[in-house]
Amino acid sequence: MLRVAEHRDETPWTKTMRFKDAVDARPGQFVMVWVPGVDEFPMSISYVGDRFGITYQIVGDGTKALSKAAEGDIVGIRGPFGRGFSITGKRILVVAGGAGIAPTAPLVDAATKKGVAVRLVLGAKSSAELVFESRCAAAGAEVHVSTDDGSKGQKGFATGLASSLIEKERYDSVYACGPERMITAMADICRKRGLPMQASVERIMKCGIGVCDSCALDGKHVCTDGPVFDLEQLEKFSELGKTRLDRTGRKTGI
Amino acid sequence: MADLGVDLCGLRLRNPTMLASGVLDETAATMVEVARAGAGAVVTKSVGMSPREGHANPCVVELDVGLLNAMGLPNPGIEYFSEEVKAVKREGVTVIGSVIGGSEDELAAVAALMAAAGADAVELNLSCPHAKGLGTEIGSTPEDVERVCRASKERVKVPLFAKLTPNTSSISNLARAAERGGADAVVAINTLKGMAISPEARMPILANRFGGLSGPAIRPIGVRCVYEIHDAVEIPVIGVGGISTGRDALEYIMAGATAVQVGTAVWTRGPGVFKSICDDISRFMDEYGYSKVDDMVGAAHDTRP
Ligand SMILES: Cc1cc2nc3c(=O)[nH]c(=O)nc-3n(C[C@H](O)[C@H](O)[C@H](O)COP(=O)(O)OP(=O)(O)OC[C@H]3O[C@@H](n4cnc5c(N)ncnc54)[C@H](O)[C@@H]3O)c2cc1C
Ligand SMILES: Cc1cc2nc3c(=O)[nH]c(=O)nc-3n(C[C@H](O)[C@H](O)[C@H](O)COP(=O)(O)O)c2cc1C
Repeated sequence: MLRVAEHRDETPWTKTMRFKDAVDARPGQFVMVWVPGVDEFPMSISYVGDRFGITYQIVGDGTKALSKAAEGDIVGIRGPFGRGFSITGKRILVVAGGAGIAPTAPLVDAATKKGVAVRLVLGAKSSAELVFESRCAAAGAEVHVSTDDGSKGQKGFATGLASSLIEKERYDSVYACGPERMITAMADICRKRGLPMQASVERIMKCGIGVCDSCALDGKHVCTDGPVFDLEQLEKFSELGKTRLDRTGRKTGI
Repeated sequence: MADLGVDLCGLRLRNPTMLASGVLDETAATMVEVARAGAGAVVTKSVGMSPREGHANPCVVELDVGLLNAMGLPNPGIEYFSEEVKAVKREGVTVIGSVIGGSEDELAAVAALMAAAGADAVELNLSCPHAKGLGTEIGSTPEDVERVCRASKERVKVPLFAKLTPNTSSISNLARAAERGGADAVVAINTLKGMAISPEARMPILANRFGGLSGPAIRPIGVRCVYEIHDAVEIPVIGVGGISTGRDALEYIMAGATAVQVGTAVWTRGPGVFKSICDDISRFMDEYGYSKVDDMVGAAHDTRP
């Protein structure tokens, strides 16, 4: 159990929780977060290293209960788990939609620190829902904003803005996290252009350690083989963008 | 080179290792991957008549001696799952269908549907320690075990395995009851009922409060159970509990197991654990002069210290 060191609002529905403790993790890895008496669920690590943290949207009972925690309260943490992003090349494009900025912000931190030129496309429904814009700019990334309603930056989806950047400039690698249709759209663009790509994928997760098969995706497991997969693997998934398992193990449409 | 093949109730397995029920076996694609990684057969997740979501999270606690779980038997129901079984069979994998039910009739009906889907054998889960009305609750007395096995045996032509609980004063009595009820083999052991508490949170960690302990901590108990059962019945025994190396598997085989199942070691060592266990066994057989696995089954009974 770890003590909450800081708990702040990013937007009306998104919060960041940081802990006193350090966690030695790779950007893209996740932890299982236990809110005692309520639930345990997976969350990407949004700050790696000292005072590690998570950044989450309040969507259901578990995250609502987590949002009530005060500084000094205790939260259970298992992990870090899974395969994170690997940084390759001199110039990269990071595409983050909504809460997809949680695992990609530490990727931006790590890449800029290594001297890699980073372009970030940060997409959100509206300007009120943009998270980590100034953090990523301060890290040295060139930030391009898109909002669905046009309240800030380019109006439209992040994929539109990303594909126009790809037409203008050559990237060694593309990284994506966000809604699944954004990931499949980016995968299409990268395949056509022959660009290497990595994306972080979500599925219902129970054990987090590769035993229960809940987060199965065509025989691979988001918790141990992912959550970050490269383009070669993403293309092999027949279920990506189409179906996911529900809590009983039935495939259901996305 | 030693021959790792075994004959289990008429089923020919290319090696004595199987994936244990409940671990990486909710979907066909995963079971096929595990078989490709080396398992001689796969046992499916325990499946019932209708879909179940299982218990809320946390459903596992990682311990240094093993794993405590209370998944709560999540499963998509036999009608849906039949398609998964067929998909595994299409890949040529030997598949044993694990089934659960709230009564002997329901269990027998699910067993019949599992066999109809093409399972090579059916395993009755009479031993889950943490699901209300299922598992141990219909398999904790010899009378229950015998009755339940008999009901399923009448409806199933393929070999019928009874998976027994170690949470009992005499597992031999349960094994004898399974044999009387017509089971073709017994599987031992399922998890031991356990609990882990977070002192900081002042509560049990599992949402279900208690769960089943598996992994290295339970191996001596499993080996003892298989040894006792081997003395008590004529039908084959399948050993499971805490196996992660070939040496662990050999303990079970020499205690009397014809084949073994591996669950928790998939967590610690990945699906590659099956090949590694088989390689270990093969090296051992070459060094100690065994030409087939069957020659080692129950060997520890002949040379009592
Ligand atoms: C590897 C991984 C990393 C994640 N990282 C983040 C993150 O950094 N920030 C963030 O906001 N969210 C993240 N998620 C999603 C997050 O786990 C869910 O939003 C959370 O479990 C919802 O819990 P709840 O009890 O509040 O909602 P519930 O009432 O359980 O569900 C609300 C909604 O969330 C969906 N959901 C529930 N559980 C999961 C789950 N385990 N995985 C995916 N979707 C789920 C449900 O289908 C439903 O639509 C991640 C998921 C995965 C698998
Ligand atoms: C996460 C998990 C889920 C399990 N689910 C089932 C199940 O659905 N049916 C069953 O008969 N046994 C189930 N078991 C028990 C295993 O099949 C096995 O009997 C036990 O774990 C001991 O073997 P091991 O130490 O190799 O894991 C489960 C075990 C684990 C760890």
